[in-house]
Amino acid sequence: MISFKNVTKRYDNFVAVDNLTLDINKGEFIVLIGPSGCGKTTTLRMINRLIEPTEGAIYIKGTDISKIDAVELRRNIGYVIQQIALFPHMTIAQNIGLVPYLKNWPEKKRKQRVEELLEFVGMPPSEFYNRYPNELSGGQQQRIGVARALAADPEIILMDEPFGAVDPITRTTLQEELLRMQDKLEKTIVFVTHDMDEALKLADKIAIMKDGKVLQYDSPDQLLVNPAHGFVEEFIGRDRLLKQPEYINVKDIMIKNPVTILPERTLTYALEKMRLEKVDSLMVVDESGRFIGLTTAKDVLENFDRAERVSEILTTNVHYVTEDANISQVLSIMAQKQVGYVPVISEDNKLTGLITRSSLVNVLGQRLTV
Amino acid sequence: MTLFNFFINNPDTVFRLILEHLQLTGSAILTAIIIGVPLGIALTRNKHLANIMLAVTSVFQTIPSIAFFGLLIPFLGIGKRTAILVLFLYALLPIVKNTYTGIKEVSPFMIDAGRGMGMTNMQILRMVELPQSLSVIMAGVRIATVINIGTTTIAAYIGAGGLGELIFTGIQMYRNEMILAGALPAALLAILADQVLGYVELMLTPKGLRKKR
Repeated sequence: MISFKNVTKRYDNFVAVDNLTLDINKGEFIVLIGPSGCGKTTTLRMINRLIEPTEGAIYIKGTDISKIDAVELRRNIGYVIQQIALFPHMTIAQNIGLVPYLKNWPEKKRKQRVEELLEFVGMPPSEFYNRYPNELSGGQQQRIGVARALAADPEIILMDEPFGAVDPITRTTLQEELLRMQDKLEKTIVFVTHDMDEALKLADKIAIMKDGKVLQYDSPDQLLVNPAHGFVEEFIGRDRLLKQPEYINVKDIMIKNPVTILPERTLTYALEKMRLEKVDSLMVVDESGRFIGLTTAKDVLENFDRAERVSEILTTNVHYVTEDANISQVLSIMAQKQVGYVPVISEDNKLTGLITRSSLVNVLGQRLTV
Repeated sequence: MTLFNFFINNPDTVFRLILEHLQLTGSAILTAIIIGVPLGIALTRNKHLANIMLAVTSVFQTIPSIAFFGLLIPFLGIGKRTAILVLFLYALLPIVKNTYTGIKEVSPFMIDAGRGMGMTNMQILRMVELPQSLSVIMAGVRIATVINIGTTTIAAYIGAGGLGELIFTGIQMYRNEMILAGALPAALLAILADQVLGYVELMLTPKGLRKKR
């Protein structure tokens, strides 16, 4: 879908991007990551020609983009930036409908598309259509930012640290929403971040960059298991690396006291508990500690008006592991089933622990670096 | 009481001079907007030129108005034309400067977002930069107008007419009511213009940018 062929970008003597060759397939979620000044944003901005390469060429679907009119090219690529940059003088509807407007869509089609997108990002048009950006929370604004990028249904979406400016809880929610959207839409997404956890969570493939070069371009699991020597290893963090994962037992690295809740508790109680414990999911167990299912902050919030008790909304179809499973089994469950939480269950069905993507890397880190 | 009598006895004169006053200020301001706003926009595209132009217009601003009139009389003679030229030059700085500042203050991220979405330069100006700086530009127009209504009274000295005529004639004839008949409407005009343009400024501020009251 997108190919970089020997692309170099120089500013005077500074080489921002150094002879980069990279292929991005259709429908892939690619994360560019690296320390500041590594060239990740420059790489991103060359795709919609906000920056022109000094040497080399970039192809989209086989066409050299320097041969396409830049304005036309940009109208066909979604673009989201960290500062959100919704236009404060335009309503939410005008913001979302901007690219369709630039592309001269008829008004009726535009309106329909805006309403559809507002629904899609979970913000009812009746409530938000005519509001202004300054009346929205940071999380809501970034949802509109994403909706705006999707407006003309582009095949490619560029995102430059889109969730960098929102608080951690909102960020988690937005990341999950983005993953869910991507499941449905299958866009080709190029996403820049400096947050490794975010990269591991979102990416199909991660390109780790340094000094304008891609050091490794691989799936998150491959990066964790087989990082290239040197910088990559260091950048991922020794603590995140899974050396010989077959030898590490789930029992040794799981969160031993996962936050639990009884099914008959109310949703308000569940929400309060998540807030106090700073988690975004709860394991549902009965009085005797038997595992029943799990519920997430998103489930609770979405069903807040409809349901009263946790038992009505919990997910029971959960992939779990036993205490003697090893890390590779957990990883493959996470990768294949696309889940972020894997509960650990004892032989008599009791919940003994929990593994999440971030706990996995954190706990492992402590063990491996000691 | 004598002031009141003056108005009763000379309604036509006062009315004519008010109109003349407005005409002088109005044509100067209008010209300054027509030239100043595009100039201000052009300056945001060229930093070097901006420094020079803003310095030059600042110099105009520092010349005392009466001296400025005096400087131009040898070249342009007396009368409305000279007056309007001076008034125009005085109005230029606040308008150019506010246009320049207003557009410069638009966040570069807004412009990046606009460009990234496929806006042309003209569309960025029309849909992003101008709407967001309109209230600042309008504030410049407002300052220019209020200052200009004051300066216009002095223009009577070079035979341009306006309410200054009553003031200067009144001074020469030791007739206080005549002085007041010129000064009072001039002051009221300035206050009124300030209020009206302040309202226009508020109306031109896009709804999403207005501060909650």
